[in-house]
Amino acid sequence: MEPLTRIQREARPESMLINMGPSHPAMHGTLRIMLELDAEKILNAECEIGYLHRGFEKTCENKTYFNLLIYTDRLNYVSPLINNLGYVMTVEKMMGVTAPERAQLIRVLMSELSRVSDHLTCLAAMAMENGAFTVFLYMMKAREFIWDVIEFTTGARMTTSYIRIGGVRADLHPDWRGSLATAVRETRKVLKDVSGLLDKNSIFLGRTRGVGVMSKEDALSYGWTGPCLRSTGIPYDVRKAHPYLVYDRLQFEVPVGECGDNYDRYSVRMREMEQSLRLLEQVAALIPDAAPLGGGPAIEPAEALARSRLQRADERVRLSPNLEGSEKERLPGLTAPDPLVGVPAKEDTYTTMEGLISHFLFFMSGKGIRPPKGDVYFSVEGGNGEVGFYIVSDGTDKPYRLHLRAPCFHIVSALEQLIKGRFVADVIPTFGSMNMIGGELDR
Amino acid sequence: MGQEILIEAIRAKLGPAVEGIADSYGDLVLILRPEAVRSALAALREMPFDYAVLLDLTCVDFAAGQGRLELVYHLYSLSRNVRLRLKASLPAADPAVETLVGLWKNAEWLEREVFDMFGVRFEGHPYLRRLLTYEGFEGHPLRKTYPWRLGQPRLPLKDDV
Repeated sequence: MEPLTRIQREARPESMLINMGPSHPAMHGTLRIMLELDAEKILNAECEIGYLHRGFEKTCENKTYFNLLIYTDRLNYVSPLINNLGYVMTVEKMMGVTAPERAQLIRVLMSELSRVSDHLTCLAAMAMENGAFTVFLYMMKAREFIWDVIEFTTGARMTTSYIRIGGVRADLHPDWRGSLATAVRETRKVLKDVSGLLDKNSIFLGRTRGVGVMSKEDALSYGWTGPCLRSTGIPYDVRKAHPYLVYDRLQFEVPVGECGDNYDRYSVRMREMEQSLRLLEQVAALIPDAAPLGGGPAIEPAEALARSRLQRADERVRLSPNLEGSEKERLPGLTAPDPLVGVPAKEDTYTTMEGLISHFLFFMSGKGIRPPKGDVYFSVEGGNGEVGFYIVSDGTDKPYRLHLRAPCFHIVSALEQLIKGRFVADVIPTFGSMNMIGGELDR
Repeated sequence: MGQEILIEAIRAKLGPAVEGIADSYGDLVLILRPEAVRSALAALREMPFDYAVLLDLTCVDFAAGQGRLELVYHLYSLSRNVRLRLKASLPAADPAVETLVGLWKNAEWLEREVFDMFGVRFEGHPYLRRLLTYEGFEGHPLRKTYPWRLGQPRLPLKDDV
């Protein structure tokens, strides 16, 4: 039988072919690397992807703009909020909607928290695979503090679906400042410890310095973006090049590397986390405290429903704890005023005829969010590069075509070149420093 | 380079390869003749346009009513900090276009994905093989004629590797 893959066809008869993955602890999910070996030396390599392909784009064509948001959580599952943001801002660009100031600040806060957690995860796994298990535990500890902040507000650690078209779902948790201060303090401490453990560690340097070197020209030719591109010395960052939200009003630097090897990718991510922590502090200072909810006793939802059958309700309704933060009084600061963009206030839905009608007009099939005909591309700076969405709308409530530009697709496509001619042991740090995320790579 | 000067320069350089020029939410869109895709993109990669990055490549199936596929290329110029979108229409029956392998290194995987999902043949591609699905998969899932939920035939277990 004719072998299927190029590497099998071209293999020299005396060399050994071996599979690394898809079930391999260092393959971060699912990637198969086929290696042609001469003892420890890699003569040729081929990557096979698609083991986590779930048909994201096809599914999106069959879901409404509102409903498909949850699928974007599952792309890059360590920084889901940035995926939410990329998708949501693409639709907003089509519809000409701008989120209110407070929502924009919250979005920046959430993006930067996600970026830190993304970098922490990548470096933790990379360090662990190189034998530094302590670093892994330290960074996972810091990530838990970051996820505490996210969980307080969004109610979930990973599958958040918090950033919505028009704004955000709910206001920040009442205690967010405390948890954020803890997270920033603890992450700083961990970054200092990790720097001490790795920066001059000869084992780590031996496996990263001069290994997996990418030139500027090749990085551009492969379409690299994000920390991996910046490690080669090119300071391209979507937040600076095409500022979105309030990034143009914030102070931060774009760290770059020198030679584009594994160590530079590690070091750029470390320095980027410091910048993100800086951004978090700036944004926290800019977000005003939420005004207390209006006075007067609030009535229970069941009672409000019963009363609304007899007369027009004008008392304040207490919402279920699941909806904390999305009270009617808070919504103007959180979502755009357009009733066909944001979910109508629940208080109105439950107690007034008009509210119920607007609820139906939002959720009924064929109604709701319907961007005008056309196509649009928009991108945000994700954890490992430019997360771009290309959406073609035919004017209905479902996208005609939705395409994700996944940053690590382009990065992983360069893996074959980076490991050719190196040793088997070099695959691990090189692959680890790329931050391959299966959900986003395979879609 | 202002927008008008840029369009003038592109028209002068590419000549009849450009079928139309449009604007989509602030991004410049060029509609290319499909047979001129490779030469046009090669010219745009060089100075003075300097679109050095092939940001993305995808395809849209306009089968519903129009019977055509549309390739969508996104280019990015680092020096001028602008994006450019290029489109080329192909017939849905037997879509083929010249490959970009040799100009950009990520073209190899991008084109394999489009081949996998839409069945577009990239002529001159050294290794046109399915990327996200597997050998033995039937059909091209992102075509509009492919149903959302469709079972695939079971493949026999492989024992040769």
